[in-house]
Amino acid sequence: MGLLDRISSRKSESEAAVFPPPADSDPLFSTKALRKFLGCLTSRELPVLIDLGPVVGSNIAYFGEQLGCKIFVVDLFADLDRFVREGRLEDFADFIDKKFTQEAASVDGILCWDFIDYLDKVTSQRLANQLTRVLRPDGALLGFFSSSAQNGDTTHSHYNKFIVADEGVNLRARAYPALRGRQSVLLNRDIIKLFSGLRVSDSFLLKNNQREILFRKPA
Amino acid sequence: MWKRDEAVRPTGGQPVVPPPPAAAPPTASRTEVGHFMERDIVNIGKSVVIKGELNGSEDLTIEGHVEGTIQLRDHVLTIGPNGKIKAQVFAKMVIVLGEVHGNVTATEKVDIRDNGSVEGDLVSPRIAIAEGAHFKGSVDMQRKGAPQQKQEQPKPAVQPSAGTAVVPPPVVPQAAAGQRVGA
Repeated sequence: MGLLDRISSRKSESEAAVFPPPADSDPLFSTKALRKFLGCLTSRELPVLIDLGPVVGSNIAYFGEQLGCKIFVVDLFADLDRFVREGRLEDFADFIDKKFTQEAASVDGILCWDFIDYLDKVTSQRLANQLTRVLRPDGALLGFFSSSAQNGDTTHSHYNKFIVADEGVNLRARAYPALRGRQSVLLNRDIIKLFSGLRVSDSFLLKNNQREILFRKPA
Repeated sequence: MWKRDEAVRPTGGQPVVPPPPAAAPPTASRTEVGHFMERDIVNIGKSVVIKGELNGSEDLTIEGHVEGTIQLRDHVLTIGPNGKIKAQVFAKMVIVLGEVHGNVTATEKVDIRDNGSVEGDLVSPRIAIAEGAHFKGSVDMQRKGAPQQKQEQPKPAVQPSAGTAVVPPPVVPQAAAGQRVGA
């Protein structure tokens, strides 16, 4: 039985896995890395997943039903907004250090989405260190990174909810208001440096000029 | 003979041999069922505050405040829009429209509706979180019949193991927008 067979066999008949109704205004784009990310986790029994948020109910149902996993939803986008609102942004890196209470090497997969884009260099490095720490050897991390050609300006004041659609073939990016825009556009080498404890397994440049990168932690 | 007959007739009628009980219980059970149907769902009103352990064997809707533990193992617990719970919750199904602080375990489903809020860990095979809901915690979705799957897996061991087929087939080539950049 192949991995994809295992994935499809876990498809649930329940309504919990029903995706949100398509909203034409939300841009839809295909993802290659997500399926690979899932493939990394299906070989594990009761994998543990961290989702950096925001909370998307249909995603939780999807990953839960596909993987039968435990998911920690850590909505760092909400935390970041809170720190901006309270004018304590300089404390956010320290907050990140304390946020991940999981034991080292205890997590099988991390959905980082595009959160790194919204952080300054120092904070993104602290976050990368924490994520690398909690990731289990052979674990996978999926990150999205905007590219320089995307929009030019780096002050989008909205975050994206990436909603899994079409059984993980596509993602729907639903924008919602944010108090902080994208901070920087990282070069590939900067991203690799950031996650120096991981190796790049797959990297894709999407038509919307977003990069999706799948990292694996060396076993 | 006549005397015997007369002696027998009354006994066949009522007192000695009781009428077959089969006829009576159905009517009794019907009334019981109807009675239960009528009071199947219990409400805890807005002004009610309960501290301690709440056990039940019928569906329950809470609009008030409950602190402690709630156990409705085979029934549906609904936290109404006004309900505020600080408790460990165990039920067959939990529907949240209000606020819950505490871990929720449901054998069937947890459903956090629009404007519902849960801060705690969820354990259930099925979980639905609506778009406007608030959730903070972890989700543990056990697979249905997981032990059975484990038992069945060794049978097709003749086939190549799942771990070998790592490369997924091409995923919708037309829609695949990605170019591989590097590895």
